[in-house]
Amino acid sequence: MLELSTGQQHYLNQQRKHRRIVRVSRLAILLGFLFLWEFTANVGIIDSFIFSSPSRIALCFWEMALDGTIFMHLWVTLYETLVSFLLVTAISILFAVLLWCSLKLSEILDPYLVVLNSLPKSALAPLLIVWLGANHTTIIVAGMSVAIFGSILNLYTAFVGVDSEKLRLIYTLHGTKFHALTKVVLPSSIPAIISNMKVNIGLCLVGVIIGEFLAARNGLGYLIIYSSQVFKMDWLLMSIVLLCIMAMILYSLINLLEKLYYQKV
Amino acid sequence: MEPILELKHIHYAYHTPEGETTALCDISFSVDSGEFIAIVGPSGCGKSTLLSIICGLLEPERGLIKLNGKYLRQSTTNIGYMLQHDHLFEWRTVYNNVLLGLEIQHMLSAKTRAKAHELLELYGLKQFENAKPSELSGGMRQRAALIRTLVLDPDILLLDEPFSALDYQTRLTVGDDIGQILRQAGKTAILVTHDLSEAVSLADRILVLTPRPATIASAIPVTFHLEHDTPMQRRNAPEFKTYFNQIWKELNPYA
Repeated sequence: MLELSTGQQHYLNQQRKHRRIVRVSRLAILLGFLFLWEFTANVGIIDSFIFSSPSRIALCFWEMALDGTIFMHLWVTLYETLVSFLLVTAISILFAVLLWCSLKLSEILDPYLVVLNSLPKSALAPLLIVWLGANHTTIIVAGMSVAIFGSILNLYTAFVGVDSEKLRLIYTLHGTKFHALTKVVLPSSIPAIISNMKVNIGLCLVGVIIGEFLAARNGLGYLIIYSSQVFKMDWLLMSIVLLCIMAMILYSLINLLEKLYYQKV
Repeated sequence: MEPILELKHIHYAYHTPEGETTALCDISFSVDSGEFIAIVGPSGCGKSTLLSIICGLLEPERGLIKLNGKYLRQSTTNIGYMLQHDHLFEWRTVYNNVLLGLEIQHMLSAKTRAKAHELLELYGLKQFENAKPSELSGGMRQRAALIRTLVLDPDILLLDEPFSALDYQTRLTVGDDIGQILRQAGKTAILVTHDLSEAVSLADRILVLTPRPATIASAIPVTFHLEHDTPMQRRNAPEFKTYFNQIWKELNPYA
């Protein structure tokens, strides 16, 4: 073990202290918020019928967990989000590669992609219901529609941004465009692809919830809409809390993937 | 003996919507097997364009190129190209970077792999085979890039200012290093540079190009009467300054 100088020791202590303050403050905000919510609801400062309370949400979750319905709703939303996310990732990589292969194609399609990307996708949802019916397919497509156009544009930008001298190297080694793609463009774009995935997982969840609002009989989005209509605020707030947790877990999964990648490299 | 490379009346222009820029105008020269040619000229005069044409990356608008007596398109002569930057890929180990050309040309075999190991050992990179390129110094990176080219066993080597991205000290040692490696291997090489002393220390013949549109202003044969004709010895020889000044005058006729 190396002897640390007092300066280094001091620095490390400072760092540790900083991290501890951040951690404790985060937890304190959460607990403080929960306590304030619970307390004000109990003494009647806020109307617990409208605002619910942490204990009522927990109780509601417990009841729905006992008969298993909440897991069904969670699973449906998770399944739809994951399927649309995987499809978006695969299709956008494929499309971006096609656009990269042909400058003509990318110039021709550019205005269409830009328009489709800036279109508010929630406007498409009613259309999808009419075309595809009120089923899982519609919701998966709704989830995809939010993410896919931006994803294609982002990946294409990353692909064409690859150092042209590196491509030149491939050609001086008498390689083809295919070699340029597989040896340079794809490997050097992996960080871009991963950060693109981080954005997409969130967007797919947004699209799936929009889809469930309009055309579902299960899933968290359905639960939110249904409970607001019958004024079951405990259900509604519980669904939102669960949605928060799901979004957090999905995002950290991609983060984990990123960490694994950088460890390997 | 037939020259290994022959260029006749090469003409090339760049086209943009704003107009046409003639880069090369009536370039003719030939290179014998084992010869080391340096091409010097003012920056932006089309030196790199010339190498791209010889390598087949660009098609000349007029003129013809013959390799070992065959037209470039039909020729099987292997041309190696070394760029200004090493462009080693960070997502591959040094060894896998060296194999890149072999992979692309479907030449990976036990024999070529052994050759890659052999070259890495020969040029002092053996213990860095499994290292990432970022762990290498600038000079070592450029040597790895050279091995990537040499492992394909090129008949002609094109060097496009391969030392200019290095700092001055590394540049001298790496330049001398690589110069000797190529000479010992008896490779035919064409070096493009704007560094006159580099050209004089390495070449058998120096072609001086004019500003754009580039033509060949003069071809200067370089001979040193030295026991050990190494780049470092050349720099210390009395003829060095004479050649340097001669080329300097060719480049700046009105200075």
